[in-house]
Amino acid sequence: MGERLDVDVAIVGGGTAACAAAVALRRHGLTVAVLEKRRCGAGASGVNFGGVRQQGRDLRELPLSRRARPLWDGLNALLGEDVEFEATGHIKLARSEADLEFLERYRIDAAACGLELTMMGADAVHAELPWLGEKVLGASLSPTDGQANPRVVGPAFARLARRMGAEVREHTPVEAVAHTGSGFVVTAPGLEVRARRLVNAAGAGSGLVAASFGEAVPLTPLSPNMLVTEPMPYFVSRSIGVCGGDVYVRQVRRGNVVFGGGGGWQDHERGLARPNDAESLGGMKRTLQVVPGLAHARVIRTWSGVDGQMPDAIPVIGPSRTTPDLVHAFGFSGHGFQLGPVIGEIICELLVDGATPSPIEPFAIDRFDGLASAAPADAPVGGSTHTEH
Amino acid sequence: MSVAKLPHVAVVGAGPAGLRAVEVLVAGGLNPVLIDEAPRSGGQIYRRPPPGAERPAADLYGFEAAKATALHGLLDRLGDRVRYRPNTLVWSIEGKRLRLLADERFDALEVDAMILATGAMDRVLPFPGWTLPGVFTLGAAQIALKAQGVAIGRRVALIGAGPLLPLVAHQYRKAGAEVVLALDVTAFLPKVIHGFGLLNAPATLAKGLWYMARNVLGGVPMRFGARRLRVEGTDRVEAVVWTDARGREHRVACDAVGASFGLRSEIQLADLAGCRIVFDDLTRQWQPERSPEGRSSVVDVYLAGDGAAIGGADVAELTGARAALTLLADHGRPADAARIDRLDRELARHRRFRRALEAAYPFPGHLLDDLADTETLCRCEGITVGAVRAAARERDVDEINRLKALTRTGMGRCQGRVCGQAAAEILARSRGVPVETVGRLRGNPPVKPIPIEGGL
Repeated sequence: MGERLDVDVAIVGGGTAACAAAVALRRHGLTVAVLEKRRCGAGASGVNFGGVRQQGRDLRELPLSRRARPLWDGLNALLGEDVEFEATGHIKLARSEADLEFLERYRIDAAACGLELTMMGADAVHAELPWLGEKVLGASLSPTDGQANPRVVGPAFARLARRMGAEVREHTPVEAVAHTGSGFVVTAPGLEVRARRLVNAAGAGSGLVAASFGEAVPLTPLSPNMLVTEPMPYFVSRSIGVCGGDVYVRQVRRGNVVFGGGGGWQDHERGLARPNDAESLGGMKRTLQVVPGLAHARVIRTWSGVDGQMPDAIPVIGPSRTTPDLVHAFGFSGHGFQLGPVIGEIICELLVDGATPSPIEPFAIDRFDGLASAAPADAPVGGSTHTEH
Repeated sequence: MSVAKLPHVAVVGAGPAGLRAVEVLVAGGLNPVLIDEAPRSGGQIYRRPPPGAERPAADLYGFEAAKATALHGLLDRLGDRVRYRPNTLVWSIEGKRLRLLADERFDALEVDAMILATGAMDRVLPFPGWTLPGVFTLGAAQIALKAQGVAIGRRVALIGAGPLLPLVAHQYRKAGAEVVLALDVTAFLPKVIHGFGLLNAPATLAKGLWYMARNVLGGVPMRFGARRLRVEGTDRVEAVVWTDARGREHRVACDAVGASFGLRSEIQLADLAGCRIVFDDLTRQWQPERSPEGRSSVVDVYLAGDGAAIGGADVAELTGARAALTLLADHGRPADAARIDRLDRELARHRRFRRALEAAYPFPGHLLDDLADTETLCRCEGITVGAVRAAARERDVDEINRLKALTRTGMGRCQGRVCGQAAAEILARSRGVPVETVGRLRGNPPVKPIPIEGGL
């Protein structure tokens, strides 16, 4: 007979959103258990590009992203360590007339959500970013966006949750979840957790949890393919994206240039991903066109990881439609890093208050009803569609 | 099995193992591709000067001159039956596709099978002063001599924990350098205790003893057993300082230091090829699993030489030939049973020798316990020993990849090839756990830095 825990809330998954939820719930005095199959913050939370970006998000996601943004200013103080957040601004480049129109339309829509974007003409862009290689027609600047170190944020939230008294269990893969009438029973090797409430924040594994409660969703694994150069003199002063999303690049203060290129290979059996060399080479070529100053840089490492992708590229956030006291938060489709801290708060609000002031209706889990649950896509994934992560 | 189609085979590495492998493959009727990072074949052990700067083999390789000459001439003898690609880095392997970099340009190669003979590099451990100008590894000190005909200094101190030390000391002395110290940081006693095991390779043992004797006769001070090792100097190396077993401090003035502590296998390509990697208690290293016949855990990926397990040049020749014979047999080609039998007996004997040798030169972990927190551990990223200890203590870090993620240790140009083992040892010591429990750095492409513009 293994160990047994009785808690108010069990959280399946140990990413940033899950651990931030644990922190928020502990503040309300609830007892919490976080069950992570590998290491906290080592999944999509830890392997992504590190963009802290509002610009370019689906307009339905923008209110959440707006609410998340000020949280980043306080993260170092909250977590007690440096997450290397810097508001460098984010610039999205237009390479065609259609791109320009798209950016201008987006600027107006974003303004309605309170996000101020500045259109820059071609001369202004090239004056500010004289190292740009491609002749761009213009760009949109989001001065309040920035970047942070994704490897640090998730683990720091996990440690904070632990310090605040949450049971944070790593290397604890959940094998079964069930609702018994009086509450939830979550089982992992050598451990049984009984909880009044349950949070499904298991990233790419969330589909299985949702399906356990009769809520099959078309969630597929997504693997970004990331690259980093050796340290270079600092010159990429903004986080850079393009319309279409097939180039995204930033430089950390230490000097390494981080960029993306397509999708990695996926090992469905072990739930792991590895970089895809052909995708890496493609990413190098495209990025070099935008930033020719990287010509003499050398790539020292490529990596990948696994996130959950929804067909409409926005997450599932909200209460279960079948089971009371169950809240879902998954499927961030490659752009959940910036949202992580606020998702934790929203989960807490849903569990404690039964409602959240944030508009989460678009993220309802039943929006896919009638859609067949998608089969896992063949690797590599993400190579055909480009997303700025 | 049908012999209709000849398998397309790549051999990675043109040292003793790779060269003997291609020789056997060609004898078996195949036309392998031989890929090597260096401009000329021979590997690190039989490294050659650049064309135009040749010197007599006897001067360069001593006792091993005949072996070196035989290997150097091997590709000439095989002629166009081997497609030889020098100056070429294999930077990744996906399945049976090799990603290449040659002359700063990318290329790819699809094969049916491969023999990885990727060799070894010095095992580096930090000590105070290890990043001072004038400090080299023993291997680098040797390469400077073999390839360029230069010594690393005029008054050279050599520090090691293995049989490379007396050899390099001998070579330096012969080349006319003044070797002011040959310091083996491990104790002398285990070498006596395990002397019988070393008799499994009497010729090798005799050579080792001969080098030591020559060094002593030649006036090289040989010392054993060191604690609190440090190199002093302001702008560059000025002296080696250490404490002996009786607690006495010694100081030897010098202008260059060659220091490393045994060898480590270059396993990244085997890792990327998907080979199962296992921990070897004896050497405290992670190595690709290899059957006595040279098979890895992945079908059609074979392993040979020091890249799979440290055995030295003679063993590398044997395992290269052995892996190639296995490959031929696995692909339905006739194999020479008598030769296989002979190789297997030789290899069994060498394994006994190697076990005794590793026991005679135990891992000098005590040097790591002596390190102050301020010492640099990962020089690519400028991470100190103290940062690793603090992460272990204060940030719940009990695994090496998590250490890398949170502290950047092993995240730089070398991707942990230099600092990885020391980082794992220090992490394990800080947590009070066996080093194998902190795991190993996951391999990711590229195994060495590649140019962004290589694809244009």
